[in-house]
Amino acid sequence: MSDSPLLRVEDLHVTYNTPTGLVQAVKGVSFELGREKLGIVGESGSGKSQTGRAILGLTAPGGEVRARRLEFEGTDLLHADNRTMRRIRGGGISMIMQDPKYSLNPVMTVGKQIEEAFLIHSNDSKREAYRRTLEMLRAVKIREPERVYRAYPHEVSGGMGQRIMIAMMMIPEPSIIIADEPTSALDVTVQLQVLAVLDDMISERGMGLIFISHDLNLIASFCDRILIMYGGQVMEECNAAELEQAQHPYTRGLLDCLPRLDGSQHELSVLRRDPAWLETRGETS
Amino acid sequence: MTTLTVRDWLLAEVPHSKTQARCQRIFISWLAFKRNPVAMIGLLIIISLIAVALLAPWITASDALELDLANRLQPPGSEHWLGTDELGRDILDRIIWGSRITLYIVGLVSIIVVPIGLVIGIVAGYIGGWVDTFLMRLTDIFLAFPRLILAMALVAALGPGLENAVLAIALTTWSPFARIARAEALTIRNSDFILAARMQGVSTAGILSRHVAPLCMSSVIVRLTLDMAGIILTAAGLGFLGLGAQPPTPEWGAMISLGRQYLIDQWWVPTMPGIAILVVSLGFNLLGDGLRDVFDPKSGG
Amino acid sequence: MIDIQGLDVVFGHGHKAFHAVRNVSLAVEKGQSFGLVGESGSGKTTVLRALAGLLDRVATVSGVMTVAGETLQQQRSQAFRRRVQMVFQDPYGSLHPRHTVDTILSEPARVHRLDRIEERVVAALEEVGLNASFRFRYPHQISGGQRQRVSVARALITDPDIVLLDEPTSALDVSVQAEVLNLLMRLKREHGLTYVLVSHNLAVVAHVCEALSVMQNGEIVETMGVQQLREHSSSMPYTQQLMTASLGYDRGAIDAFEEFGQ
Repeated sequence: MSDSPLLRVEDLHVTYNTPTGLVQAVKGVSFELGREKLGIVGESGSGKSQTGRAILGLTAPGGEVRARRLEFEGTDLLHADNRTMRRIRGGGISMIMQDPKYSLNPVMTVGKQIEEAFLIHSNDSKREAYRRTLEMLRAVKIREPERVYRAYPHEVSGGMGQRIMIAMMMIPEPSIIIADEPTSALDVTVQLQVLAVLDDMISERGMGLIFISHDLNLIASFCDRILIMYGGQVMEECNAAELEQAQHPYTRGLLDCLPRLDGSQHELSVLRRDPAWLETRGETS
Repeated sequence: MTTLTVRDWLLAEVPHSKTQARCQRIFISWLAFKRNPVAMIGLLIIISLIAVALLAPWITASDALELDLANRLQPPGSEHWLGTDELGRDILDRIIWGSRITLYIVGLVSIIVVPIGLVIGIVAGYIGGWVDTFLMRLTDIFLAFPRLILAMALVAALGPGLENAVLAIALTTWSPFARIARAEALTIRNSDFILAARMQGVSTAGILSRHVAPLCMSSVIVRLTLDMAGIILTAAGLGFLGLGAQPPTPEWGAMISLGRQYLIDQWWVPTMPGIAILVVSLGFNLLGDGLRDVFDPKSGG
Repeated sequence: MIDIQGLDVVFGHGHKAFHAVRNVSLAVEKGQSFGLVGESGSGKTTVLRALAGLLDRVATVSGVMTVAGETLQQQRSQAFRRRVQMVFQDPYGSLHPRHTVDTILSEPARVHRLDRIEERVVAALEEVGLNASFRFRYPHQISGGQRQRVSVARALITDPDIVLLDEPTSALDVSVQAEVLNLLMRLKREHGLTYVLVSHNLAVVAHVCEALSVMQNGEIVETMGVQQLREHSSSMPYTQQLMTASLGYDRGAIDAFEEFGQ
């Protein structure tokens, strides 16, 4: 059980029907996720966010999701009915988004929202929910859980808001977390602190993490494995430790155009986009 | 052959002049508008209103002012399609002539109300401070007046008549536009492109006229079309009270007023002008909704 | 070229007053690229805007600022507005949505009554790598990177000496960022410009700037030459922590992070 992958994605396609024609946001993405941290990195329009949303069935209206296989712990996500999907969302797979300002309900206290997330997926009492909520707030390193419990989202800082999101998404004890640019709106030191909290919780609970970001450096240092996406397809898949030895010209291009802290480049090399990368590739391993 | 070239010009990939770019933008908005069937109905109604008003001398049988007492209160029939009123005048003709008055009222009110509301609103919103407070209290004063009461007061002062009714309506209608323009200006004034304009050294007047006003126009225009129904009804109401157009002018509201005593037995006398008002108000509403969907698809349903 | 002494910026009044910038002093030489680095709330953007003269109605600004020998008054002179230009962070927000690129670029020329406006517009577009076909497009018809190029072109129209850059590439994809940074470096060399660059990204500053100040809570923590930044050497713990954090995720290092309080 601990060896088989938590999530299996094979040949995922997400297509939108727009007034100007068909837009293929995701074109044949395949990967597996075990109890590990998988990073999906790409620029805007690469399809990385669409991939995350398609897994949870959160594709915007107008979008069509097709795949040869989309399986979570043996359950077929593609053909699951609404009831099954509701159970899986939160209870099996959870999602953390970029800005807590927009993903937390502004008119409910933080504590109430976390309790609600808990009670949806369990039959426990309100008292148990309260206890678990405080426990969760402590687990995400919030120092005064009772005070924060009573606070409203606008009263907490960005970093704390994201930790609250993590608490809320972890409390139903999912097996997988999909984090879509979870720290992009935060300062760099706060980013790392939030990620440390996430890191610890994921290892403790033996969970899987899909970390979606545009920040190649961050993903390379945080995740175990990396998928590089461009134009809706996976260009390359590698272990984070081996990123410097990446083969694909797009990956190399991205690595080379990043300015470095040691200021070693005279002029930043510019990514030359090869139209061949946009052509539909066959199966990658 | 010529149509093809115009369309090509409008759909060209690269515009070669400001005029071409602007026309292209309007054309694309028009295509979006066209996709909304209900809005097209509204547009059709308004175009018909304008057409009817313009063609009045040619499509009416009479000038609708002459009395013909022998023919009074005739029901709708082959000779008088909508019947005749209490003085024997053909109702259809009167409605057609009355459309000119409706357009006159609507046009005059718009010309007064939009510039005043826009200017007061954007100046208040952009400049802020005591200017804002002063202008907004002024707006509040006018907002507080019920239209009819102010109209009656003006009429008492100036005498009855269509122009005075228009003035009264304009004075009570401009306030919401100032509020809308002010709200937009408040949102816009901290935008980076405004800061960029200030960085360039553009004067306040320049910023207001070239940067702020164009962005407020669409909200104001939409509000105007949606308010149009209210303006027409107010004019009709004033006419009904005898404060607007004076007899024998075929203003629709006045027609309802004079005809209401015949509602039971000769229902067509007040009802036909009533239907005209209904249709035109509906037309403006649908047009306004359609414009709003094109200009700001995110708002409302 | 630029000299700031004892700059204080306060938003609001009385007990609601917020001291965004406290006693900031810095100097930028002619032809230099100076970086202002800090996290959100550090006051770096406020300093830039105070210098630009964009805060006159919203905050109380005190201190002495001198640009090219001219001491700045509350109202900036037309000469200042010609000499000092700014590029903003958000490529979507810094161009008027209803103006064509041509209108956007001609406006500064018109305001300052420059001659040969059309020539200048076309030349500016070429300098930033956009051809004349972009002249009559609207901002929503071009990409984020192209919009930012238009912003840069707009800043060049009046032939300025100083360009203030407020996170000019933060909202761009990494590959586009590289192009824009290269463009900015080239223009600086070719026109002998002086830059003041505000950024939260230390790597960008390390690449572009020659000197920098680190800000926190409205104050300058440290001023250093870029070599110190590149060598990751600083005497101030706050700066050290910022540099470490910029390197990426390091679980061990994070435990050592301190809270540098409000």
